[in-house]
Amino acid sequence: MSGSILKSREAILGGAIIVLVIAIAARFPAFVEPSNLANVFNDTAPLIILALGQMAVILTRCIDLSVAANLALTGMAVAMLNTMLPGLPVPVILAIALTLGAVMGLVNGLLVWKLDIPPIVVTLGTMTIYRGIIFLISGGEWINAHEMSDAFKAFPREVVFGLPVLSWIAILVVACFALLISRTPLGRAFFAVGGNPHAAVYTGINVGLTQCAAYVISGALAGLTGYLWVARYAVAYVDIAGGFELEVVAACVIGGISIAGGIGSVGGALLGALFLGIVKNALPVINISPFWQLAISGSAIIIAVAFNVTSSRPKGRVILKKAEHAT
Amino acid sequence: MSLATSETSATGRQIPDRLKSAMQRFLGSWELLLLVVAVAVFTINSFASPYFLDPWNLSDATFNFTEKAMIAFAMALLIISGEIDLSVASIIAIASTAMGFAVQMGADTPVLVLIGLGVGLACGAFNGVLVTRLGLPSIVVTIGTMSLFRGLSYIVLGDKAYTGYPPGFAFFGQGYVWWVISFEFVLFAFLAIVFAVLLHRTTFGRAVYSIGNNPVGALFSGIRVPRVKFALFLLTGLMSGVAAICLTSRLGATRPSIAFGWELEVVTMVVLGGVSILGGAGSIPGVVIAAFIMGMVTFGFGLLNVPGIVMSIFIGLLLIAVIALPRIARQVMARRKA
Repeated sequence: MSGSILKSREAILGGAIIVLVIAIAARFPAFVEPSNLANVFNDTAPLIILALGQMAVILTRCIDLSVAANLALTGMAVAMLNTMLPGLPVPVILAIALTLGAVMGLVNGLLVWKLDIPPIVVTLGTMTIYRGIIFLISGGEWINAHEMSDAFKAFPREVVFGLPVLSWIAILVVACFALLISRTPLGRAFFAVGGNPHAAVYTGINVGLTQCAAYVISGALAGLTGYLWVARYAVAYVDIAGGFELEVVAACVIGGISIAGGIGSVGGALLGALFLGIVKNALPVINISPFWQLAISGSAIIIAVAFNVTSSRPKGRVILKKAEHAT
Repeated sequence: MSLATSETSATGRQIPDRLKSAMQRFLGSWELLLLVVAVAVFTINSFASPYFLDPWNLSDATFNFTEKAMIAFAMALLIISGEIDLSVASIIAIASTAMGFAVQMGADTPVLVLIGLGVGLACGAFNGVLVTRLGLPSIVVTIGTMSLFRGLSYIVLGDKAYTGYPPGFAFFGQGYVWWVISFEFVLFAFLAIVFAVLLHRTTFGRAVYSIGNNPVGALFSGIRVPRVKFALFLLTGLMSGVAAICLTSRLGATRPSIAFGWELEVVTMVVLGGVSILGGAGSIPGVVIAAFIMGMVTFGFGLLNVPGIVMSIFIGLLLIAVIALPRIARQVMARRKA
């Protein structure tokens, strides 16, 4: 039953995106030119990658608020590495970024798994800690374009088959996630843990380990995005991607991923991220100050979560109607 | 806090009665432990810097925590009841922006105070309605309103700032009642007593505890759970409004980035004060001592020229350590028993 609701939900979101694009195109036809749409997609690619990682975490009833700080720290680390060793090939940098991100995700995961600390507290804490470490390792200095090697900066912008590598990586991550979620035991475990942790234990799933795995995936993707982000904008400093974690959570919530765990889909996360990406790119086109962005994503979170709850509430038998409100 | 409460139910059925007695025994000594830490921090600080023990410096140091602590009192009640409000810092931003806007319209001090309190209440009511009427998880709602409220402030102000507050308004953040005792400190002490009485000596306070321990049980015993929770969100909004008045008056200017990141420090203060993040346990005296500790540590670091972002690492570590250490201790104890 929940499957049909989800499908219709994605259809609603997809429809909303199309209406939005048509509305913008009616006044600014240049917005829907293929080259511009490709630009919008490329701009949204980091959000898509992070939203998918966040989806895995939220499916298991956790949340990862440290993704943006993780991204910034990894970005700074690889940028500094690049200035010290300009000859380091890009695949090595990618591997380092993924590993570094995964390690930071592992820290979150272990704190949640082994010490049973509420996820929100863990990631609020690590969020500030990771941000602070950037300051410690960089001394508050910026790393600018001229200090990075050309190969380092060129990689995410390299155009292959008409799209930059950054976009292709996002597409690759989406494809991998579609496989992971629907075709692997781990993917099923995410849903089982979030849907009913007790039942998951009785089925032989290690709840903590699954949550930890979700954090590692989210962290690794944040690390990967960290390199891509720094290389694309060719600058690294303490505050890059500040507040981006909220946008990532917003993308997931808009995409119909239930914060209570166990409900969500790759398509939903993708559409949620695209929705925010289109709004963000359309604001300057239709002449609205970028200062509106924060309030818009805030309202989008609230509207989407209200919509989620009302559409997926009655589960199981409710004996005392009001008791539901209490919990 | 549905995330947190679901966590407990995930770990198993045998926990509640055992956890309770352990927590209660533990809480007996928590405030004492905090007090020892506070004295230690005070002593270390007075040796580390010759400027620390100056009465005026100490008076300045209290500004590091008074405003945050006012919110922390209300937040403590909210967290004990099993909810959380991450939008408090953004409420400060929007309340401060509203007051700044009123100044441009020529409003005087009493009107400004009413506006600050009113906006705080309205924001609290908005959170409360979303959580209690629509039954949404408070953690997501307040992450949403956290961007919404500050976002509204950005829409109004952009990269500009409001200044030109009337001279009478400066008293709230800069005035002194007697010698080095500031108005803010007196307000802080007064609110500490009010909240301590409210939580520990009234039926409302008992209702807050019982909701945090067992919301369904509280409902069955005749407590109007949604109404109490709504009142707590109102109270948190109101205290954010009070903090907004004090902070705006102290700074004399409003920018949209005002009080950025305070929600984390407020939550840390509450948790450090011994309030269980899962709800159902905690005390106001604990929060008061925690406020002093955080204020003294920040001030001490400041005297030693440690940059603000390094202090935030410390606060992040503190937040995790304060929750992790008792759990590690309990795990080690359990292993020894077995």
